[in-house]
Amino acid sequence: MDLHLTNAQATAEERAAVDSLLGAPDSSWHGAQRLGADTRSASNGHAGSQRHRLLPVLHALHNRIGWISPGAINYASLRLDIAPAEVHGVASFYGMFSLTERPAVVAHVCDDIACLTRGADKLCADLEKKLGAAGSPCAGGRATWQRSQCLGLCERAPAALVSAAGVKHQERVLAPASADSVASLINEAVAGRMPAAPDELSIQLSVPQAEKQNGSALRLLQRIGHGDAASLADYQRLGGYEGLRKAIALGAEGTLRELSASKLLGRGGAAFPTAKKWEALFLQRNLLQEDFRRAHYVICNADESEPGTFKDRILMEGDPFAVLEGMTIAGFVTGATKGFIYLRGEYPLAAERVQHAIDIANNNNFLGKNLLSKSFDFNIEIRRGAGAYICGEETALFNSIEGYRGEPRNKPPFPTQAGLFRQPTAVNNVETLVNVPGIIREGGAAYAKLGTENSAGTRLFCLCGHIARPGVYEIAMGSTLRQLIELAGGVAGSGKLQAVLLGGAAGAFMAPKELDTPLTFEGTRSIGATLGSGVVMLFDDSVDLRRILLRIASFFRNETCGQCVPCRVGVTRQEEALQRLIAAKPLGSAAQELNLIREMAQAMRDASICGLGQTAASALESALQRWSLFA
Amino acid sequence: MSKPSTDMNQIEINQPEMKSVVNAPQPTIPLPRGPVPQAPTRESRSIEIKIDGHSVSVPEGSTILDAGRQLGIETPTLCFLESLTPVNVCRVCVVELEGSRTLVPACSRKVEANMSIKTDSERVRLSRKLVLEFLASSVDLSTAPKMQEYMERYGAQPDRFGETRATVAQPVKVDNDLYVRDYSKCVLCYKCVEACGVDAQNTFAIAVAGRGFSAHIATEFDVPLPDSACVYCGNCIGVCPTGALMFKSEFDMRQAGTWDESKQMQTDTICPYCGVGCDLTVHAQDGKIVRVTSPLDHSVTHGNLCIKGRFGWQFVQIQPAENGK
Ligand SMILES: Cc1cc2nc3c(=O)[nH]c(=O)nc-3n(C[C@H](O)[C@H](O)[C@H](O)COP(=O)(O)O)c2cc1C
Ligand code: SF4
Ligand code: SF4
Ligand code: SF4
Ligand code: FES
Ligand code: FES
Repeated sequence: MDLHLTNAQATAEERAAVDSLLGAPDSSWHGAQRLGADTRSASNGHAGSQRHRLLPVLHALHNRIGWISPGAINYASLRLDIAPAEVHGVASFYGMFSLTERPAVVAHVCDDIACLTRGADKLCADLEKKLGAAGSPCAGGRATWQRSQCLGLCERAPAALVSAAGVKHQERVLAPASADSVASLINEAVAGRMPAAPDELSIQLSVPQAEKQNGSALRLLQRIGHGDAASLADYQRLGGYEGLRKAIALGAEGTLRELSASKLLGRGGAAFPTAKKWEALFLQRNLLQEDFRRAHYVICNADESEPGTFKDRILMEGDPFAVLEGMTIAGFVTGATKGFIYLRGEYPLAAERVQHAIDIANNNNFLGKNLLSKSFDFNIEIRRGAGAYICGEETALFNSIEGYRGEPRNKPPFPTQAGLFRQPTAVNNVETLVNVPGIIREGGAAYAKLGTENSAGTRLFCLCGHIARPGVYEIAMGSTLRQLIELAGGVAGSGKLQAVLLGGAAGAFMAPKELDTPLTFEGTRSIGATLGSGVVMLFDDSVDLRRILLRIASFFRNETCGQCVPCRVGVTRQEEALQRLIAAKPLGSAAQELNLIREMAQAMRDASICGLGQTAASALESALQRWSLFA
Repeated sequence: MSKPSTDMNQIEINQPEMKSVVNAPQPTIPLPRGPVPQAPTRESRSIEIKIDGHSVSVPEGSTILDAGRQLGIETPTLCFLESLTPVNVCRVCVVELEGSRTLVPACSRKVEANMSIKTDSERVRLSRKLVLEFLASSVDLSTAPKMQEYMERYGAQPDRFGETRATVAQPVKVDNDLYVRDYSKCVLCYKCVEACGVDAQNTFAIAVAGRGFSAHIATEFDVPLPDSACVYCGNCIGVCPTGALMFKSEFDMRQAGTWDESKQMQTDTICPYCGVGCDLTVHAQDGKIVRVTSPLDHSVTHGNLCIKGRFGWQFVQIQPAENGK
């Protein structure tokens, strides 16, 4: 492309960061020194084909420097043949990237709803005293701290994540965190003495069931805590890769039959039958041979950013090979030879463990060419998110991988027709994929016997907030909310339950009298709720629910992509109305405000492009139906 | 008689043998973004749908908006334009489709057999009203007369969101002699970005930046236009529905209070500069050219011009007296 750049130049370090990913530039057209030959040739005719490397390039810059400068944007433009305005448009979309100069060490401190129930207010207040206001420089100007939304560590609330940019970019999780531990980690980071491991998965803190039982009744969590997550041998000893072997023996059609018999529904929120999704790609396989431009893709959606959700993180940290095996079976069935894992940017340990597993699988012929000596190829690449909840929406995720702003696309066409790079694509949640190897190994019918008629199998729930033993729990679908809460030791805090948020910020509140609702797709639907991403967040009677509602509203205001009017302005007006109500300064009367909120909610639900806008009012509405909070 | 040798079919093309596999793009190499490639259909079938109880038959590939227009139904639109790829972001055109959980955008949703659609149900009216209120409460729509009409039609009352509401109000950007950008009038319809990018100009001087309510149209780091890649074709002005992008000449006259469309004359002509021969519509007030547009329905240029046709008309106005000097 014929690029027009400003005079801002990249520093040597910025160039090195990009070159470490892309290799040295091939000519002055792409940012190298101008050589004689370049004046007689033009070699930049492949605009677009490199675009999908934009997000990794931005990560490389940010990880090395700590922010993205105008010169860095210019260099990224040159290297990838993308106009600088577009590079800037993409970079400015993501919450993790700073486009103004910022210290290399940044502590992200969660003040979201689960952490609010466990001392986030005190943590932030203490930090203000110790380090100064959020966003101000500390540690001699070499660090800063910021408030953050849910970091997906809610079972160990309150949580913080410290990142240190540099040649060796490092991150470290602190959960539970205290002002002292945050401050001392900041000092370590500034001194270049960050601990090597980003985090440890604690079975005791995060997977209480695995500690109690020997794993026999568990399917999804069966291996966690019973072997070394980094060891392929342990994985195989505990039944790993038997599913893939059986799938290959059954053939693609036979595998689909088992999956269909299992009645597995997607665990990412929309509850779509997994077999149907894969079948849509399977049926298009003959086109793959006819048209070399066709490709199929499998994507593992590991962007998990719904406040209160952390199950996918624990699966990836505790059983990373299972994610790969599920994806490989998906590749085998759908004819895809390439899989992407779109992994949340704030999950350093999960990324490390999954990458390690990919490397080992590649070396042992569980990934790559002719894997398991059969004539089928499958590769997996991790793409990291960069702080945008919306990129968990499948079509926004495609745009993000492709190097565009993570804005959802209108459907139709659906991903199975035109997904990633406009090719047929199957997107599945981590938990959905981890279900698959076991289903194939033991047969679909056996799986369908678990759970209820319309909600087969087991399901992971993320218990957090005022619960005695927070963590991820696996239960057969059909148990009631009350049983699940008892399994996790009952209500903590004051011991008196006020409300349960089911399904996350996009979910719904339930009152204590609804605890006997069975946890199934149909059971929750019948009371106007949803299982969503499996969040079960408890609030005791000391919590001011209005404050929780406001935090949820501000989450949506921060996270809307801003593309469509009903959502972009709707979530903004919704938060404003809530603020007026809480301040007891309604426009007109409180009843008038509540009516306005209801009208806005309906327009957002009806006219927004994607699920974010369509559900941005549901938690608020569910609370208003159950309690009179603004009387 | 043999055919003339210039007939392409007759020429023997001596092509080196294709190294097909090596040169062929691998399947994992992304295709450029754009509409989903579709095999050309030989005969377009016609599809029958029901709108507000009336049957209508339209060619396959038409949108609900097209079908509605055939019945004389007026659907409000804002981000839609015939000459651009639909982005369907404003949602002012939503209609109720039987069997669909949510409303669907008429401007981009293709007709399918047996669709049954309502364009004036309570749900439709509510969503359209709210969309208009959301826009009017955050954006200055004073130079978007169409929007005023729609607001009346749907009874929109933008003041019910209070005084302290967030808006996109900001100072107008006057950084060159040809056109100004007043983003306090921007509804973020993406049209200018499309016109500057793949739909017309392929210059990519502007893009959407930021996220959420702070999403906005910008050059990289918001540098002034003269430092950006802008080539001043003005095709963005041509598609902007709100007057956020405006000829400097029009802006100055509006500031001075002399802009008066009732006194303006429009003359269709052809650009005198080059062999492309773009159609121009010259708008003149008091004998002076005040702006230039180009008809969208032109089969070749679709309303797009270059800097010369768009802005290069000063020579017309050099008066003989001055000339003689
Ligand atoms: C705003 C938004 C965020 C989402 N985030 C996620 C996510 O983080 N992880 C996920 O698996 N699905 C997420 N989804 C759902 C996906 O769009 C998609 O339905 C899902 O990944 C499909 O996988 P499944 O069939 O296995 O459930 C999100 C949807 C929306 C609307
Ligand atoms: S609903 Fe919200 S998040 Fe979804 S496309 Fe519209 S603005 Fe973006
Ligand atoms: S400047 Fe005009 S054309 Fe561009 S997005 Fe705003 S309103 Fe649309
Ligand atoms: S507008 Fe530009 S391209 Fe069109 S005829 Fe005039 S000079 Fe030629
Ligand atoms: S980590 Fe704080 S709310 Fe989830
Ligand atoms: S005109 Fe249809 S969404 Fe904007």
